[in-house]
Amino acid sequence: MSTYKLAMALAAVITVTTLPVVAADDTPNLGSPISQEEISGWDITVFPNGKGLPVGNGTAAQGSEIYAAKCIACHGDKGQGGLGPTLISDRKRQGIDEAGETIANYWPFSTSVFDYIRRAMPWQSPKSLTNEEAYALTAFILEENKLIPPGTVVDANSLPKVRMPNRAGFVLRFPKLTPPIATSK
Amino acid sequence: MSNTEEIKTANQRLEVVAENGLLHRRSFLTKGLIFAGSAVGTGVIQSNVAAAPLGNPEWSLQTGNPTPLYQTPSKFAANVVRTNANPDSIPKPTQARTPHQLMEGAITPNGLHFSIVHAGIPEIDPAQHKLMIHGLVKRPLIFTLDDLMRYPMVSRVTFIECGGNSVSLFSPEPIQADAQALHGLVSCAEWTGVKLSTLLEETGVDPKAKWFVAEGADASGLDRSVPLAKAFDDALIAFYQNGEPLMPGNGYPMRLLVPGYEGNMNVKYLRRIELVAEPAMSYYEAKVYTAPLPNGKAYQFFFVSEVKSFITWPSYGFKVRGPGLYQISGLAYSGVGRIKKVMVSADGGKSWGQAALQDPVLSKAFTRFRMPWRWDGSPAIIQSRAYDEFGNAQPTRAQFVAARGQYDTVPSVTAFQNHHFNAVVSWGIDSNGEVKHVYV
Repeated sequence: MSTYKLAMALAAVITVTTLPVVAADDTPNLGSPISQEEISGWDITVFPNGKGLPVGNGTAAQGSEIYAAKCIACHGDKGQGGLGPTLISDRKRQGIDEAGETIANYWPFSTSVFDYIRRAMPWQSPKSLTNEEAYALTAFILEENKLIPPGTVVDANSLPKVRMPNRAGFVLRFPKLTPPIATSK
Repeated sequence: MSNTEEIKTANQRLEVVAENGLLHRRSFLTKGLIFAGSAVGTGVIQSNVAAAPLGNPEWSLQTGNPTPLYQTPSKFAANVVRTNANPDSIPKPTQARTPHQLMEGAITPNGLHFSIVHAGIPEIDPAQHKLMIHGLVKRPLIFTLDDLMRYPMVSRVTFIECGGNSVSLFSPEPIQADAQALHGLVSCAEWTGVKLSTLLEETGVDPKAKWFVAEGADASGLDRSVPLAKAFDDALIAFYQNGEPLMPGNGYPMRLLVPGYEGNMNVKYLRRIELVAEPAMSYYEAKVYTAPLPNGKAYQFFFVSEVKSFITWPSYGFKVRGPGLYQISGLAYSGVGRIKKVMVSADGGKSWGQAALQDPVLSKAFTRFRMPWRWDGSPAIIQSRAYDEFGNAQPTRAQFVAARGQYDTVPSVTAFQNHHFNAVVSWGIDSNGEVKHVYV
């Protein structure tokens, strides 16, 4: 190998190996790598397909006791609502007024129920419920709304399969109906 | 030329552009001298009245107050404050509304910026707060606030509007309430921070990622899914609001800013961004910020605050002092771009004249419009209608109700029973000058 070719080869190696460093010079590059275990402490979003649901399970019978202890003050003894929204109801929607919306007649996904309970409830001590308690409360609310058969064990497998009555009740505004749109005058 | 002749000439030069006394938008700008002439005329009359020399009030005769470290408004402007829909902080969301009817210009001062919190305002120690970016990225990373302060920053002026702003106008009857109560959940500030795209260059993006979920560190842990394209368009991680650190009610120490998208998506107290293939269908996107429709379906993922305007003066609660020259003033904005023009009517929408737009006219920002108006003392209905640069027109109330419906009963003025209302607003002025909220 000629000296020239050797130099070019070395230059190529140097270029390749230093490229990431060169790219990093474009940014302060101050983000710290974080492990999956660390991430898990904050990674609490549950998706409609069940992604994010934790290990554990619960039933309405278990949830009923937790409800009486931790939820009744705001949501009422029968889930009829009070300071907090209605959780259990067989009322029908009326007009375009959100006041008629309930979990049973409006919420499109059962996973949102678990997700919201676990992240935001109870009001005075959010994120204090165990995963088992959040499953049990989800089971209680779904069963009292007649959305799951009595005695159903709610867990990461069964919850995403619960078919909510208003699942098909939504029209996505984004992206096709988001302006600018041709119908504008 | 006599004063009387000057006034007469001035009136002839003030070009009437629409019925009920709407004048050409440049009348105040180009006819200033003529107005001065008419003022002289008034002065001549007053000078005939015997009067004592002007005196000195107490503040001219004694030393003023010490200078505070952080300025607060004059005690005489103590009425220019937000309202609080939940003063006792009971367990429910708290809304504080901007007093648009008492303000001018296009920037909302930080103390008056609207805020909604779902579980109180957190006191976040910036030394402990971190932002984590993970999910469908090549390298999950976590940043301290100090880290983020080293990144290149940009500033932009943009409005933030709650998806529930103005929704009491879904009422079948016009609710008699001021612009603050009806339209106070929108504000506009200059925000400064780091582009989200800058941080995503560092984490790398898995091609499967189509959305990102943004989540707050407060008790509500609010999370929203945002199209990933927005991250590469104009999304910011904002630390400063009108030049000072974010107010606690507006997200201190950092918030997501997604210009033009409904307020709730501009996640405050931001601590986590997860890149994902599908939206999370969180409580706030799958249930709360939806828009039920007359056909029984509901819009989901409305996102954009569409082109809109409302008159702030005169508006409900004011009394127009008598026949004469006035300036109608209001705010216009569009979540997709710049305001192109604002038309104003003083006869309930039968005739329209074009308002003057205050520079600078910025994309996705408040644009102040003004219109000279000679009120003759007879009943008038004033309206504004905004158009954006993409040809979107603010719908009339009739157009809006035909598409979106209205409630069966009159709601509480603070209730969110539907979302995304942007129809034309009408203020009715009776012969006494009293301003009421009316429908046309």
